[in-house]
Amino acid sequence: MKWTRRDLLIGLGGLPILGAVWWAGAANTVGTRRKRSEILEQLNITPSLPPAVPGIGGEPVRVGIIGFGIRGEQLCRALGFATGTWKEEMRLAAQEDPDNHALEDFMGQEKLNVKLVGICDVFDVRAQSFIDSFSTPENPIKRYTTYKDMIGSGDVDAVVIATPDHWHAPISIEALNHNVHVYVEKPMTHTVGETYLLRDAAKNSKAVLAVGHQHRQTLSFSTARDIVEKGTLGHVSLIQTNTNRNDDNGAWNYDIHEKASPETIDWEQFLGSAPKVPFNKNHFFRWRKWWAYGSGLSGDLLTHDYDRLNCVLNMGIPSSVSASGGIYTHNDGRNVPDVIQVNMEFPDYSTGSSQAKGKEKGMTFCYSATLGNGFNRPTILMGHDATMELGNKLTIWPDGASTRYAEMIEAGKMNPGVPIYQYNPAANVPDAISSATSQYFADKGLMWTYIDGVRVDSTFLHMREWLSVIKNGGKVSCGIKEGFEEAISAHMAGLSWKLGRKIEWDPNTEMLKPIEGIDFDQVLLANDNWDVKPEMVG
Amino acid sequence: MDQNQNKLKVSVTLLRILIGWHFLFEGIVKLYNPEWTSFGYLATAQGPFKWFFTMLVGDATIGWVDSLNIIALMVVGITFTLGIFEKVGAFVGMGLLALYFFAHPPFPGLTQLNVEGSYWFVNKNLIELVACLVIYQLPTGQYFGLDYLRKNRLTKMQEQ
Repeated sequence: MKWTRRDLLIGLGGLPILGAVWWAGAANTVGTRRKRSEILEQLNITPSLPPAVPGIGGEPVRVGIIGFGIRGEQLCRALGFATGTWKEEMRLAAQEDPDNHALEDFMGQEKLNVKLVGICDVFDVRAQSFIDSFSTPENPIKRYTTYKDMIGSGDVDAVVIATPDHWHAPISIEALNHNVHVYVEKPMTHTVGETYLLRDAAKNSKAVLAVGHQHRQTLSFSTARDIVEKGTLGHVSLIQTNTNRNDDNGAWNYDIHEKASPETIDWEQFLGSAPKVPFNKNHFFRWRKWWAYGSGLSGDLLTHDYDRLNCVLNMGIPSSVSASGGIYTHNDGRNVPDVIQVNMEFPDYSTGSSQAKGKEKGMTFCYSATLGNGFNRPTILMGHDATMELGNKLTIWPDGASTRYAEMIEAGKMNPGVPIYQYNPAANVPDAISSATSQYFADKGLMWTYIDGVRVDSTFLHMREWLSVIKNGGKVSCGIKEGFEEAISAHMAGLSWKLGRKIEWDPNTEMLKPIEGIDFDQVLLANDNWDVKPEMVG
Repeated sequence: MDQNQNKLKVSVTLLRILIGWHFLFEGIVKLYNPEWTSFGYLATAQGPFKWFFTMLVGDATIGWVDSLNIIALMVVGITFTLGIFEKVGAFVGMGLLALYFFAHPPFPGLTQLNVEGSYWFVNKNLIELVACLVIYQLPTGQYFGLDYLRKNRLTKMQEQ
């Protein structure tokens, strides 16, 4: 049996095609991977691993909750306690939308070694809901009428403070003075004066204070810290960070409970240090809209962005702050602005430089917020060598005029339009050059934050860390130093907006530079348009 | 008539080789990139069979799904370019393309993810699927491909 050349040509004609396609595919893929690993090697970025905290052993930590409103309920869920109402709501939500995993995630959350022992809430309905949900015959929960009763009872080891802002410091200080551990929501304080008092109390106390900036647990932020420290971005001269919300909830117009009345709410206690005004449901449920109880955009939302960046850059308190804005989108009787721009100056700060020594120094942190538009403006760190978008995922683009990457850009190995690094805690591997597809999936929110394959709530991690430090010692990631910096920076922004002038910080005396004839705390607390129009009260 | 038959054979052979080329390249690119995964494609699946595709993205299954996808792509690629067992290849190809089609079907009302054109019920996956059907019904390996040698050998052996 013999085959002619013609036979072979017809029979094996496909082989060279197969060979060519195989070779091209392999060479292409391997080449791209090599180019990518070259960039990754140069960047040498180490993605952060999930935080490992020593276990919370021994007797359960006895926790008292002060304030069981929207945030208080969220914090309790992070501790492992959800009300029946919430579970039912989430069960129905999951039925309607299979992508809603809130209940599933909650049920899968690791159990913390805590015991809820007491509740303090000035609204009877909330206190009762807490007791109905969590009190059991083996572990009856006590309602305390005042936070002082709870702290002084000797029955609580730790308190979680989720009250209006004007109560944060007084309660925290009382607890610390009694060596009761504190988890307090942001902003840490309501006035400049309180910030010093609370710092002293924390320093003199054996108890652990944690400020509720849970994003300090987010893996992308610790990775971002590594990125900045390695000089990946070069000298960062400008940070842009934003808040964009355009709904009632985002504008703090929360629901007013039908059972709210002077009989069910301890109004005097709610007011505390605030001006004595008659009972007002609007003020009670929507306290974030008034300086007397809240801190507006600067204390409420700027603090998130400030601390997020302070956690990455450790830039501390700005040397000066200028703010402007107004009440432009919700003229509903509030006196905190709903549009604000805050510029914080850090003239001596540097993230390192790839250029001649001394050429680059100083940075502006620019926060821009509106409650009248929901377009997503990302947080951007703008460096001489690269730009980083900071969020749950990180994306870095090289700058066309970068000094550090000049050679690679020249050689075509990098392109200013193409990210050189993308970090996504949901993916198994860092993606050096992102494709349009991976960008799309990430933006779509499909890449959730996973730790060992489980989606985890950062508030849970933050509280777990606090409880672990209570039991084992160590340092919380957002303690009094971080809280002090956050509170002072936020107050500077609030003051600047109110006074319409620049507020300066003296790092040597650790004081705001005085302005003649002005008492900063008086300004911060002042409510100019205090008279509430009756039709605006819900 | 004979001439028409020949023209048809040439055309279908060309079609077969190009489809094979396409599948082979897709398979090879994934084979040489250990980080490749179909997770994103499956996790964003839409349409009536969404439940099926989202079931595949579990930790236990995704590795198998990825490997099987690469193997299937290469089976089609190799059988089509070499011109042997192309009926098997065409069958596998149709199955694979049907999966791709139904994971992101171009049905009205569904968001079209990462597509470069505009489609209404019919997209390129579906067209390539039907092209595979043509290959299935008109095998050309005997005309150009390894099958020529196989079949020839048989006939030659019979002649002896």
